Amino acid sequence: MAQTAVQNNIFIPQQERWVYRSPQGLSKSVVEEISYQKNEPTWMRKKRLKSLEIFNSKPMPTWGPDLSQLNLDNITFYIKPQNDQYNNWSEVPTDIKNVYETLGIPQAEQKFLAGVIGQYESESFYNKLQEKWEKDGVIFCDTDTALQKYPDLVKEYFMTRCVPIYDHKFAALHGAVWSGGTFLYIPKNVKIDLPLQTYFRMNAKNSGQFEHTIIIAEPGSSVHYIEACTAPQYSTASLHSAVVEIFVKENAYVHYTSIQNWSTNVYNLNTKRSIVETNGTMEWTGGSLGSHTTMLYPASWLVGKGSRAKHMNIAIATTNQHKDTGAKVIHGAPYTNSQVISKSIGLNNGRTTYRGLIKMTPQSYGSKNHVQCDALMLSDQARSDTIPYMEIYNDKTSICHEARVSKISDEQLFYLQSRGLNHQEALGLIVNGFIEPIVNELPLEYAVELNRLINMEMSGCIG
Amino acid sequence: MSLVITKLNVQTENKDILKDLSLIVKPNEVHALMGPNGAGKTTLSYAIFGHPNYKITQGSIYFLDQNILDLETHERARLGLFLAFQNPSTIAGLDIVSFLRASYKAYHGIDITPLAFRRLLNSKLDLLEMDHSFLDRSVNENLSGGEKKRLEILQLAVLEPKFAILDECDSGLDIDALKIVASGIKKLMQAKLGILIITHYIKLLQFIEPDVVHVMLNGTIVKTGGKDLISELELNGYKNFKNPEL
Repeated sequence: MAQTAVQNNIFIPQQERWVYRSPQGLSKSVVEEISYQKNEPTWMRKKRLKSLEIFNSKPMPTWGPDLSQLNLDNITFYIKPQNDQYNNWSEVPTDIKNVYETLGIPQAEQKFLAGVIGQYESESFYNKLQEKWEKDGVIFCDTDTALQKYPDLVKEYFMTRCVPIYDHKFAALHGAVWSGGTFLYIPKNVKIDLPLQTYFRMNAKNSGQFEHTIIIAEPGSSVHYIEACTAPQYSTASLHSAVVEIFVKENAYVHYTSIQNWSTNVYNLNTKRSIVETNGTMEWTGGSLGSHTTMLYPASWLVGKGSRAKHMNIAIATTNQHKDTGAKVIHGAPYTNSQVISKSIGLNNGRTTYRGLIKMTPQSYGSKNHVQCDALMLSDQARSDTIPYMEIYNDKTSICHEARVSKISDEQLFYLQSRGLNHQEALGLIVNGFIEPIVNELPLEYAVELNRLINMEMSGCIG
Repeated sequence: MSLVITKLNVQTENKDILKDLSLIVKPNEVHALMGPNGAGKTTLSYAIFGHPNYKITQGSIYFLDQNILDLETHERARLGLFLAFQNPSTIAGLDIVSFLRASYKAYHGIDITPLAFRRLLNSKLDLLEMDHSFLDRSVNENLSGGEKKRLEILQLAVLEPKFAILDECDSGLDIDALKIVASGIKKLMQAKLGILIITHYIKLLQFIEPDVVHVMLNGTIVKTGGKDLISELELNGYKNFKNPEL
């Protein structure tokens, strides 16, 4: 099958190409060396070292999935793949180009993206923003470049009021060893009508990827930003621990979409948060595929009156995988509105958990929330848990939580099979229907791709 | 090309439902299978399609001179069999077009572009006098009883089987809806199509005249005859058949 060929292809490690790689494990000298390699300003180096201190002082979190098999001493925290950045696709080295071409990146750029960044290992290598947006003052580059070119902007927003370095252990780790990621700045009233995309690829063995993404949407602006991630198949653990900080200012709109398809040995522990001001709108769309363990709870802090958040996530867990995902919404102002739709699919002995927090602060008068968690179990060994937390400090608010666990019935399968569809095809259609409300939010090309990835994940998994 | 069922015995949940049921339907023939609730009519249609909860303990089913009991459900369908369900399943979120196109491709083993398929669909909708906006719905999700039956008939039109079983495709329909469904079926009968209509009402058979009528009671066929059997049933119900003279 052609689809399997593609999957195999992107999960096969390519030649490792790097000019610098830090020694395994984490130490002060590793952190200092990263900062030196990147030629960073002193404040950033100090921030990294402070983060390392905080990281060392905090215990591993034990409230969620089992992290005991994650050995940080074996991880290479920084890999610098090459010295050059390319603005022209034809200059990109062939082996890297092949990976991205298999994934359809350059074609996508031509067809329906306003801009694209490719990140390979810890650094970005390709960067393109349509001229039109450049003229409007949009900044779209990797975060290292932003630090060099716009240090004041980065200093103001980087791990300060959104995700501070003392937030939790992995935020601190990230602060110490972060590299790459996307910096996106949209000036006042600029509305970008095509999606912007970054593609992250982790290729080397036992490596960590710690990209830092900052999106600043000035008042009245709007943008749809898409992130996609993959890594090849290795037998030992790798770590992906990203931080995303999004600032949605007055009347601004940000749609953040992330499709993560990590190989099955990756610990995927992320912190994604947005601060939404008056009448701003934040939308999160996520697809979590692959990985060994994923912990991901995008958070919206609704600090402005009338601000809104919509969280939509699909998590798929198959053999020996645990997806611990959810959403966190803090209603910190009157008349704020949030909606959470979480869909999970359990295959084989895969485990999915919805973990969510909805907080209505004393200031949240007239605010509304609706949470919907649907789990679809495709095997008797799969496990699904729903752990919703609600903290309500204002009784003039409304909160609604719906949870549903379903299995595919014999009658549904029989119905589809009576139309000539085999077992696998029938399951695929039922699953596609199940996730439709979320896939519907994606641009068509991504919707097709996500459906294809999910069907790939299912093929061969079900007997 | 015939459907040949010989001395079929079927169990479900360890209960014998069909007992030595035999039936032959030739191509281009319309047969009606009539019987009260619980006679085993739906069991027969599920057994023909290999539903996993129905166990065949004895007998055989041949279609196109091939023993189909060893085939899986989808393989039986691909031979050209079609079942219009009495209670079709809901597939939440699955849009009707994707479902029909996937079915069409699987049923006929050929690919068809979305555009070409849309044209085919439109022509079938027009044939059945159905509104094109119907396609925006999901498979049986929030459809009324009548709409579900019409979706079954639309599938019949799109898949163009060689042989169709229509299981209670008239139940729950008011007289206007029944007329629409019946006229749809009649149009589709112009193609070479063998049909087995399962019903316990007379009404549908006033619109679609069967060539052969079977009366089924307690898991077996107790009487086979022509159209005149319908009027006999209309007058006296099933009580005269309670003690089969066979």
